[in-house]
Amino acid sequence: MTGRRSKAADGWLLSAPALLLLLIAASGPLLIVAVYSFLEKGDYSGVRWILSGDAWFGVLFKRDIFDGTVSLADANLSIFWRSARLSLATTFITFVLGLPTAWFIATRPAKVRAFWLFLITIPFWTNLLIRTFAIMEVIRNQGLLNTALINLGLISEPIQILYTDAAVLIGMAYVYLPLMVLPLFAAIDRFDFRLIEAGYDLYASRWQILRRIILPIIRPGIVAGCILVFVPSLGAYVTPRVLGGGKNMMIGNFIELQFGQGQNWPLGSALSMVLLIVVLLALLVYTRVSSKDDPHV
Amino acid sequence: MSRRAFDVTRLPGFTTVAVVAFLLLYAPIVTLVIYSFNGGNSVNQWGGFSLKWYAIAAENEAVQGAAVRSLVIAVWASVIATTVATMAALGTTRRGRFKGQTLIYVLINQPLMVPEIVTAVALLIFFSSIKIATGYSGLGYLVLAHSAFCVPFAYLPIKARLEGMDDAMEVAAADLYATPWQTFRYVTLPLLTPGVIAGAMLAFVISLDDVIITEFVKSAGQDTLPTYMLGQLRRALTPEVNAISTALLALTVVILTLFFLITRKRDGTRD
Repeated sequence: MTGRRSKAADGWLLSAPALLLLLIAASGPLLIVAVYSFLEKGDYSGVRWILSGDAWFGVLFKRDIFDGTVSLADANLSIFWRSARLSLATTFITFVLGLPTAWFIATRPAKVRAFWLFLITIPFWTNLLIRTFAIMEVIRNQGLLNTALINLGLISEPIQILYTDAAVLIGMAYVYLPLMVLPLFAAIDRFDFRLIEAGYDLYASRWQILRRIILPIIRPGIVAGCILVFVPSLGAYVTPRVLGGGKNMMIGNFIELQFGQGQNWPLGSALSMVLLIVVLLALLVYTRVSSKDDPHV
Repeated sequence: MSRRAFDVTRLPGFTTVAVVAFLLLYAPIVTLVIYSFNGGNSVNQWGGFSLKWYAIAAENEAVQGAAVRSLVIAVWASVIATTVATMAALGTTRRGRFKGQTLIYVLINQPLMVPEIVTAVALLIFFSSIKIATGYSGLGYLVLAHSAFCVPFAYLPIKARLEGMDDAMEVAAADLYATPWQTFRYVTLPLLTPGVIAGAMLAFVISLDDVIITEFVKSAGQDTLPTYMLGQLRRALTPEVNAISTALLALTVVILTLFFLITRKRDGTRD
């Protein structure tokens, strides 16, 4: 009995410095954001310590300053809609490109597999800003893509891609692709290829093999990859700011706006909470799915 | 049947898509690197091979300051994060299961789960009131913030290493009347070193690359290389930013290559 107690005490004691650091500079401040979202907006920035539901109300609705009528906040909704759409599209594109890539790596001979895996991890660890700059080089008006298309005679005028939603989508798919490939690779790497042989023996077509055998078995990896791409896409800040210009904001940029020019800290806090809740729900779904399907996790 | 053996792992079109994906991943980065050696004055026109933008970047005092600041913060953050993460890893793996362990895991991995922009505004609110209250506006806030979000990146490889290690040697040391500290100092730590180095390297790279949290926490004149680069973007992309990007990229690749060599050696000795 005492033995177990001291184990727990040791565990907590040794973990204490890490927990303290995280409490000060990560988890603790989140509580302040939660509190701020229920306060009244200050005159310039900051808050007044008066309890108020205005910020949460302001996430979805706006009140007319003259006649006090309430309507849906179209500007906010269009930003949420853009964020959701672009994040889902990013997840879809990275999956379509990522599944074959992960499959390719996992089916290489053991000797060269580490090399291909390394090639995926380099972009993964490369600064997000640098990768965003790199894709900007490609898609801007005088960039690689437009120059190539003009030289091929396919177009006569450069296509304006930069500072559009398409640019944000291309950029996010580009920077988050490795996040999709890595969990898919992990799942395929454990896949028992004899199951495919069995499938062929039973006269399954290639399409049936993919749909009825491979996809269901690697489902935890698919869910993991989709969550890993969807979550940062939804909270993306750098990529939409650099590639979307000022107009094509996503939730992350909208939150920042409230703490800068908007000077509405409670609204910014409420928006942060909304984003956090959506992300945590996505993670909850993920743990549910993966623990049900996969005893290893 | 006259063709080569039927390969069950082959799916039509998959290899093609994979090759395209690798090309798409690398083409922009390679373009960026090539254009950083452009001798011309604009990013649009190739003006011959030259290192002049590296020289210009290196002589730029704002870049020098940002580079030094980036390195100072990354060194402190990785040292602090690795130290506390090592202790936490020992606490959560070496003593079996105990009550509250899951809570510790959740807290330690919290920075991986919360969107960075949310952490950034949280720290903005918290640190700005501390800045007003104490009058201190040095690099300490950035070091603290970076240390915190680096903890999970240091913790995971160290924990993995500990779990892969047989504790027979530690038990033997204890049987030979080594104190817990001696056991840790002469047995556990040497065996754990590759994990600690790997964790520290990841923490270093993560700190070096951070944009969002630094952007929100920094005081005036505290740009790191990434926030300096983001600031430069208000104007057009310059060849100088290309050169800085390439230098940072090279540093990351070197650290990662070392990381892979270290972890590969680890697997080799275990097998």
